[in-house]
Amino acid sequence: MSTAAAPNDPFRANWWARGAWLLLALYVVYASSQMDASWERVSAGLHNTAHFLGRMFPPNFSRWELLVKGLQESLEIAVLASALGILLALPIGLCSARNLMPAWVSWPARLLIVSARSFHPVIVAIVFVKAVGFGALAGILALTVASIGFIGKLFAEAIEEISLKQVEAVRATGAPFMSVIAFGVLPQVFTRFIGFCTYQLDSNLRNSTMVGIVGAGGIGGTLFAAFQRFDYDYVCAILISIIVLIMIGEVFATYVRAIFIDGVSFADMLHRRLSSLKPRRDRLVEDD
Amino acid sequence: MLSIKHLCKSYVPGKPVLADIDLEITERGITAIIGPSGTGKSTLVRCINRLVEPTSGTIEFEGQDLVRLPRSELRGARRHIGMVFQEYNLVERLTVMENLLSGRLGYVSAWRAWRRKFSAEDIARAFELLDVVGLSGFSNQRADSLSGGQRQRVGIARAVMQQPSVLLADEPTSSLDPKTSVEIMQLLADIARQRGIPVLINMHDVELAKRFADRIVGMAGGRIVFDGPPPQLTDDTLRTIYGGQGWLQ
Repeated sequence: MSTAAAPNDPFRANWWARGAWLLLALYVVYASSQMDASWERVSAGLHNTAHFLGRMFPPNFSRWELLVKGLQESLEIAVLASALGILLALPIGLCSARNLMPAWVSWPARLLIVSARSFHPVIVAIVFVKAVGFGALAGILALTVASIGFIGKLFAEAIEEISLKQVEAVRATGAPFMSVIAFGVLPQVFTRFIGFCTYQLDSNLRNSTMVGIVGAGGIGGTLFAAFQRFDYDYVCAILISIIVLIMIGEVFATYVRAIFIDGVSFADMLHRRLSSLKPRRDRLVEDD
Repeated sequence: MLSIKHLCKSYVPGKPVLADIDLEITERGITAIIGPSGTGKSTLVRCINRLVEPTSGTIEFEGQDLVRLPRSELRGARRHIGMVFQEYNLVERLTVMENLLSGRLGYVSAWRAWRRKFSAEDIARAFELLDVVGLSGFSNQRADSLSGGQRQRVGIARAVMQQPSVLLADEPTSSLDPKTSVEIMQLLADIARQRGIPVLINMHDVELAKRFADRIVGMAGGRIVFDGPPPQLTDDTLRTIYGGQGWLQ
């Protein structure tokens, strides 16, 4: 009591924070009692996992035609959804930037972005499967919604951080609003925008392998079917292919970023790759 | 040319930054506005092209009252008012040429601007101006690769690209070293003379103002307390403008 009242104590006890920590600890204990988690289940699960992994090897690529078709469809879903999503996210993101737009424009746009972000792509995919039927179209639409949410939000945030001095100068020349956007705003956010787009393509590629589980096209459907038929060796083949696809996508994204953001030309990059293959004798000396 | 009457501006009601400013800019050449920091010099200059909205008063320019112009017509008026900024305010990621051509945006449709379709005359004029400001050969460099003095030259060239009938400069030399400051002032003076347009500059440096200005306007406490040619600017008047006297020694 007397310490809490001391006026100059720099480390005064914060009872609110202590109370919150205590509540959190109590909730964790309560939640784990509800979840029926026990060591027996974990050890049994480990045993099952070993069995499952054993059946996965060697991977079975004999039905590769189905595999390639699924991957192709996933890739198409990812690319089309990214293109459509980016195209729509540009104006929506611009409209929701509060430093450029009046509240009556930015609030509806923000609402749109928030609603696009509030559901996981798989849930959105279920809705679109109901709406447009099974197949890739549902997947494309679902991932387009996800792209609008992600890029729209980040794009708007990037615009809200720009230097308004540059915008002011363009505005002072008497430029119409859309020209101010083209010369004062977009140049400041362009490289970040490219960054968002490549991340989104990356993430769409990943998600496009998943929406198939709910019937929205792509490799996911094949994967789910193989699981249900206990074709674990084929499952393994599919997983390996997905990993390869994602890795290729990532390399591609890195190259796009290097070209647009760091201004490296393709020839430079090739040259750098090749020279890094050569053994480097000077490295030891440098490390010294 | 430019006639300011009873101009008032308060950011907070009841605390005017500009109190009843009357200023007539008719002559060609440089008019320098001097005065202590926070006395409203910048606000005054920015009220003219309404980067800052005036609270009351009139600003007559080319037969129109700028204060009462609706937004759409204000754009048209702004095309004839060039502006140079203290921190250059170039679009950093655009090239020097793009920055210069942005001075033409008021005359070019947005559709053409997006596709960078400027007329051949505009481009020719831009190259010519680069020559005038001593930056020929820099057209494809990005603005963020330039030094302060070079940036301000681009800033001036951008303003002149508008072919303005008046040029405003908001502390154009405050971020520059003394030598570059003189060069920039010389450039502004040359432009004022060659193009026959009035240049209104607000600045800190009294010596620089005396050296280059044809007319000096002294402000203190949001009001104009001196208006005349540089020789009339005595230590006494400086004392009225800035207050105190220890700094004059």
